Amino acid sequence: MALPSYTETRYRIWHYFYIAICTFVFFFLIAPLFVIFPLSFNAEEFLVFSEGMKRLDPEAFSFRWYHEMVYGTKNPWGLAAKNSFIIAIFATIGSIILGTLAALGLSSRHMPYKGLIMAVLISPMIVPLIISGVAIFFFMAKVGLAATHTGIVMAHIILGTPFVVITVTATLSGFDHSVTRAASSLGSNPFNTFMKITLPLILPGVISGGLFAFVTSFDEVVVVLFLAGLENTTIPVQMWTGLREQLSPTILAVATCLIILSTLILVTAELLRRRSERLRGINR
Amino acid sequence: MSSETKQILTTDGIPLEVSLKKAEKKNKIKAFLLVAPLLLFLFITYVFPIGEMFTRSVDDKMITNMLPKTFKAMEKWDGKELPPEEVFSGFYSDYKVLIENQTQGKLGQRLNKEKNGFNSITKKLMRQIKRNKIDESQSIKEQIMKVHKRWRDVEYWQAIKRTAPPYTMAKYLKGMDMYFAADGSIAQVDEDRRIHRILWLRTLEIALFVTIFCFLMGYPIAHLLATLPMKYSNLLMICVLLPFWTSLLVRTASWMILLQQQGVVNDFFVMIGLVADDNRPEMMYNKVGTYVAMTQILLPFMVLPLYSVMKTISPSLMRAGKSLGGTPFVAFWKVYFPLTIPGIGAGCLLVFILAIGYYITPALVGGASGTLISNQIAYHMKTTLDWSFASAMGLMLLSGVLVIYWIYNKLVGVDNIKLG
Repeated sequence: MALPSYTETRYRIWHYFYIAICTFVFFFLIAPLFVIFPLSFNAEEFLVFSEGMKRLDPEAFSFRWYHEMVYGTKNPWGLAAKNSFIIAIFATIGSIILGTLAALGLSSRHMPYKGLIMAVLISPMIVPLIISGVAIFFFMAKVGLAATHTGIVMAHIILGTPFVVITVTATLSGFDHSVTRAASSLGSNPFNTFMKITLPLILPGVISGGLFAFVTSFDEVVVVLFLAGLENTTIPVQMWTGLREQLSPTILAVATCLIILSTLILVTAELLRRRSERLRGINR
Repeated sequence: MSSETKQILTTDGIPLEVSLKKAEKKNKIKAFLLVAPLLLFLFITYVFPIGEMFTRSVDDKMITNMLPKTFKAMEKWDGKELPPEEVFSGFYSDYKVLIENQTQGKLGQRLNKEKNGFNSITKKLMRQIKRNKIDESQSIKEQIMKVHKRWRDVEYWQAIKRTAPPYTMAKYLKGMDMYFAADGSIAQVDEDRRIHRILWLRTLEIALFVTIFCFLMGYPIAHLLATLPMKYSNLLMICVLLPFWTSLLVRTASWMILLQQQGVVNDFFVMIGLVADDNRPEMMYNKVGTYVAMTQILLPFMVLPLYSVMKTISPSLMRAGKSLGGTPFVAFWKVYFPLTIPGIGAGCLLVFILAIGYYITPALVGGASGTLISNQIAYHMKTTLDWSFASAMGLMLLSGVLVIYWIYNKLVGVDNIKLG
């Protein structure tokens, strides 16, 4: 953003001020994440930078907490990670199936009460989680699914579908329906048309919605806190208890792993978004 | 004239109009069937349970079922003076049944909530009944009145009468620091005990300020992202999207590390000489922590809608404004800013909706002065187990959120929510 040479001094000052503000905000957004990295290699037990770390003394750094995370005695993280992945994967599959079907229906121009139904389908994203948690807990307790994996998966499907509905509807907004008509006129049945024509075209939207659903489930703690028993503990629940009770650097080791995971997911999502825009012929 | 024109028929001999309507209907059903599974699932597991929260929040059937004869007899009582003999004998026989079922304690507790002092006099009555001191052949009214002087006080009988309806709005009043007074009118709680009103106001205040902070910080960077060349903006966009995709607990944890007394932020303040080393300010477990952490966490939800609106504004508009004699500030204010208002609306409403129901971050970094209404709901769900009160508070919060959601839907449309 080079300024033209004729810019007056006060606008020049204003411009640098603006750049400074932006730098600060970007720093504010991203810096907190990077505090976690060095501290997770802390050789000591405290969550502060030790004198040794400030001097960059190699003695002050260690893999101690990563070791603790994987091999520690009475360690909750193994079970939590297993549960988290199982729950998130099933919740994602459920969200994708229900959400994609609903988005296909909503994108049809024949759909009655489109606005109202859309508002209901998106509502789990808007309603405060604590209220969703209370309501879902009452339901699961009544049907006997509290403290089961099934119950938590169902709860996460509720919270995950809005994302799939939104991303798939967005993908379908640029969808050329004449291709499906062409397939039908060539003798394909609706199922084949969907599998061979529609699905490949909307796949980027479906996958990116699925990623959102996965992250939502993987990161969700409020509803799980209501539903989970000791057997169903997940990574966020363990982090929550850890942050409330004994603040140990093991949490930072876990957090570092989670940041790496979210970076991978972000890259995938970005690549998918660009591919989807290319497929739909949107050039930006 | 239209009646004279020949009807167009399809090859099957059906009028075209009918045939088209049929096809339209078929398509409608097809579209609806695709949505139906999710809609059904959501209604059963989500929408109805929220509705059930309402019945739970107003439910007061327990006492209605406990004292059926009393309330039947009370129907005829005007409630001004001590009730007649039938009410006393009705209460006596109801209470005897409760003692047999050993549920009389619940009645005492419930009545005590309605009016202080019931617990002891019901217990006293129970002991009398258990010792067979009450002679059923004589006036029960006289005998009960002898048990304790409060049984002779009409206010206590009025309190029982107030509990007669199977539904009560008392929990909602409690959520606003109000209660039903002895004469049935609505009264305010003493000023020093109005904890809920403080919480509602604080929730609104924090949500409002977080929205403002997010706007002030989000607007410049959204503008920068929208005006920079693609290759730079894509890189900077990662700074917005990475926090967006990172676990909420991870981000809260990093703020806990940064803001603690021996933390990095305080270290920095000491280093630049802003505060003395032995006088480090408390930045966590209070409002400051809640503000800082929530602003950072919700900032992407402000930047993304702003960015998508700003992206569509052609840079030539600003140039036109300047070439027509406006200074850059005037051109910005008169041309650019009005065009970004849809994005501002979308971003602010979204951030406000999310902030008003926040739970995790305030619970971890908020301490006592930085907690919000959600934390109070969780407290009643988990600690006091007053689920009906938690439901009432939840629904009060929900109604507020739904109003904003409705406005959002009118202004922005739910299908325009931007996700990265």
